[in-house]
Amino acid sequence: MKAKHQRLILALVALAALIGAGLLAASALKDEAAYFYAPADVKSKGVEPGKAIRLGGMVVKGSLKRAADGVTIHFDVTDGKATVPASFSGIAPDLFKEGSGVVAEGAFDGKGVFVATNLLAKHDERYMPRELEGMSYNETTHQMKAEK
Amino acid sequence: MDAEMARAQGDSGMRKLFIWLPLALFAVFFGLFASGLLKPDDRVITSKLVGKPLPAFELPAAASDRPGLASGQLATGQPRLLNIFASWCVPCAAEAPQLMALKREGVAIDAIAIRDARPDVDAFLARWGNPYARIGLDARSSVQIALGSSGVPETFVIDGQGRIAYQHIGDIRADDVPMILKRLEEAR
Amino acid sequence: MIAEFGLAALWLAAALALLQLGLAIGGLKGGRPELQAAIRPVAVVQGALTAMAFIALITLFMRSDMSVLLVATNSHSMKPWLYKFAGTWGNHEGSMLLWVTVMGVAGAAVALFERALRRDTHMATLGAQAAISLGFYAFLLFSSNPFARIDPPAPDGQGLNPLLQDPGLAFHPPTLYFGYVGLSVAFSFAVGALLTRQVDAAFARAMRPWVLGAWVLLTLGITAGSYWAYYELGWGGWWFWDPVENASLMPWLAATALLHSATVLATRDALRAWTVMLAVVAFSMSMVGTFLVRSGILTSVHAFAVDPERGSFILALLGIYIGGALALFGWRVGTVREGAPFELVSRETMLVINNLLLSVILGLVLIGTLYPLMTEAFGHKVSVGPPYFDRIAGPIALALMIAMAVGPMIRWRRDNASAVARRSMAPALVGLSVLAVVAVTSWGRIGILPFLGLVIALTVAVASIAPLWGRKPLRTPLFTWGMVIAHLGCAVSLGGMAADSAFTVEKLVAARPGETIETAGWRLRFDKILPVAGDNWTALQADMRVSRGGGAPVAIHPQSRFFTSPPTTTTEAALLTRWDGQLYVVLGQEADAGRWQMRIWWKPFVTCIWLGGTMIALGGLLALIGRERRGWTLKWRARRATAA
Repeated sequence: MKAKHQRLILALVALAALIGAGLLAASALKDEAAYFYAPADVKSKGVEPGKAIRLGGMVVKGSLKRAADGVTIHFDVTDGKATVPASFSGIAPDLFKEGSGVVAEGAFDGKGVFVATNLLAKHDERYMPRELEGMSYNETTHQMKAEK
Repeated sequence: MDAEMARAQGDSGMRKLFIWLPLALFAVFFGLFASGLLKPDDRVITSKLVGKPLPAFELPAAASDRPGLASGQLATGQPRLLNIFASWCVPCAAEAPQLMALKREGVAIDAIAIRDARPDVDAFLARWGNPYARIGLDARSSVQIALGSSGVPETFVIDGQGRIAYQHIGDIRADDVPMILKRLEEAR
Repeated sequence: MIAEFGLAALWLAAALALLQLGLAIGGLKGGRPELQAAIRPVAVVQGALTAMAFIALITLFMRSDMSVLLVATNSHSMKPWLYKFAGTWGNHEGSMLLWVTVMGVAGAAVALFERALRRDTHMATLGAQAAISLGFYAFLLFSSNPFARIDPPAPDGQGLNPLLQDPGLAFHPPTLYFGYVGLSVAFSFAVGALLTRQVDAAFARAMRPWVLGAWVLLTLGITAGSYWAYYELGWGGWWFWDPVENASLMPWLAATALLHSATVLATRDALRAWTVMLAVVAFSMSMVGTFLVRSGILTSVHAFAVDPERGSFILALLGIYIGGALALFGWRVGTVREGAPFELVSRETMLVINNLLLSVILGLVLIGTLYPLMTEAFGHKVSVGPPYFDRIAGPIALALMIAMAVGPMIRWRRDNASAVARRSMAPALVGLSVLAVVAVTSWGRIGILPFLGLVIALTVAVASIAPLWGRKPLRTPLFTWGMVIAHLGCAVSLGGMAADSAFTVEKLVAARPGETIETAGWRLRFDKILPVAGDNWTALQADMRVSRGGGAPVAIHPQSRFFTSPPTTTTEAALLTRWDGQLYVVLGQEADAGRWQMRIWWKPFVTCIWLGGTMIALGGLLALIGRERRGWTLKWRARRATAA
């Protein structure tokens, strides 16, 4: 009887741990899962400042400016429908150029500027961020167009 | 049923649940994997572009004896092939005989060389043959990305109006040639 | 010829696996355990054939035989020999061949060396191993033939991803693969034990060395992979929660849990069904990880070629093996009798808690890794990044560390709560004083998790050596030493992680040659930028001299490298290791005329992360030796050493 009793306690502890873990996962996923946004989604749905997201689109030609410190850049990201200003401090990847596709990880600040903490621009011949699939790029107008 | 099980009869329903729970969970994950794997739009970006006009581009010449390529030049009223290749790509060399065969059949073929340099392209064409009418150089893969092409080689069938009729991913094998010819005929 | 020889060896090995499976089924069905004698040589020859096939592929790569498609697409005649060699498994087909090779060799080892199992269980185990191997042979031969030829031969190869051109690659993937596939042995043991109704302490004792061996290699592989990502990617981080990394972490978590529950089963004959379950889960996680990486179903920085056909093939294998084993579990576990009882205050309970927490982390990592897939089924594109994993894994890992500190101080079966409290007094005092010191010196400057991490790391470090107290070090059994060193390694590693996130100083500058940068007590003089060239790359290199305090300057050379085939840029960070940390310098792009971007980190005690990982593996190795030779102590070895 006693052994059974103790088994029950262990089972209850295990159950409590599992439920706790489930709740932890649910809340962490709700807060931390970075949704992918195109600039048009940002304009239409709105993103609260500080929420971690991924922003994907094209770097607008002529928008790339370097700050005086030499390590901060400002640029605009567009999907052809809307444009969002963004900034990044750090070493940008080699393939990050005006007119190239980019996926930026970060969050909006209070003034509507997207502050990127990481830039992904791995457009080599084998890799393309899956979020950019289904977008096409117009070389003459340098705009990214969503196909959907 | 042994004595052990009989003793556990009180919570046997619970026990059954625990025994089969792992299999049930795995079945859910399995379904998830299968749906992720089999959903076509995951990888086939291409199907969306079929029937659409080519994105606009204008590329400089990639080889010494062929002109560059602009998207407008592909809408000639006759179906053509647009081959995406690179001199550093081995399967591209493997598909060269098939492209030469297509050219002998009277097919017009243009090409885009990806991340390449002119001397390399010249050497590649001298060695493997040159079936191309025009070759544009896409040094940054930007047109390749615009075309929804994810690797080399790939071949597009372009109809007379400059729309994409078919996209072939990977090298054209010898037994693909009749199919390509049929696609060209359909695009007419 | 060599390619054809390799392919023939592979086909022959597959045929032998079929024979092995047939013999096992015949032996079990017909109740003829003497057939086991016939299975042994079959398994050994099968292992030898897979090894020959793998050696054939290595030879093709070393010779740069460009008439073989795999060599032409993944190698290059200009590549240094080490990378030609490592290129053998730096691609899909080669790594799958390595997979079946390890599986075949492990099967041969079970056939040769496993003597403790009952004959029918041994036979069922080898049959299960053959059944798993068969699926992977089919996968190789029908959808990923590494020996396929091209005609005409390529003029030269397509090169290998420059990111993968690193000495780390020669060591890291094979180690991981040995670990992954070593777990297949545990899986086969579990299937064999379920089939022959032999789930008991003897089964756990037989299985444990295999689990330990696989676990040691997994630990080493993960540690090496983490260090590789740290210095090769140039991002200053050592763990990115990338799907490929998670794919290696999940089997490790399961194997760690299995290791501990197998100990409970072997020592106290409890947790029978649970241990069998974990043995199935551990290898299942290896296969799921391989599937996630190989199918390209989740994109990742390690991106291998995306191929739905191969993905479907591996998925089918997953369904058959995992589904089959879990169904067998459900069907047969009713015959597994309940194990020995234990009291609430006992080491068994602590190990149950250990298993529970490890399983919870495993589940949450699995959910986080697959969440993008789940939401995509409903039309949202989501990525789950480090913030999620840090938030869930951090607190649970800390709780696990506390359980790890207390566990070894509690006796098996039954203990007295107040005695346990008395034994934990010293570590608890250390913990409290560290808490006070850290709180006073750095309150508000460091985050709550790094803060707790530091406190717990030091507490656990003290607690982990507690089992040695009152013992003569040389008379302590080797496996106790193993446990102590592995647990101490966990504390060291945790300390490194906490120190890195609490005290790292980062500086981002754009500097001209001739300027001096100061950060975290270091003076970095930036002398000049110059072009340099290697075998198959060119680079821009910054020449810098760095010094600290009044010390002599040391030259460091961060580079930005350009590879020609295929064209790619990589950063080569400059690392300067000191006893109390590492200086990490990355050269970026030219910011404007004459100024160069640089990212500089001073990372106190960051090297403890990998030192700890190595200690964990070493502990496992000692335990393995100690278990195999029961009663071995350091004294015995010391006596031998003096005699020699």
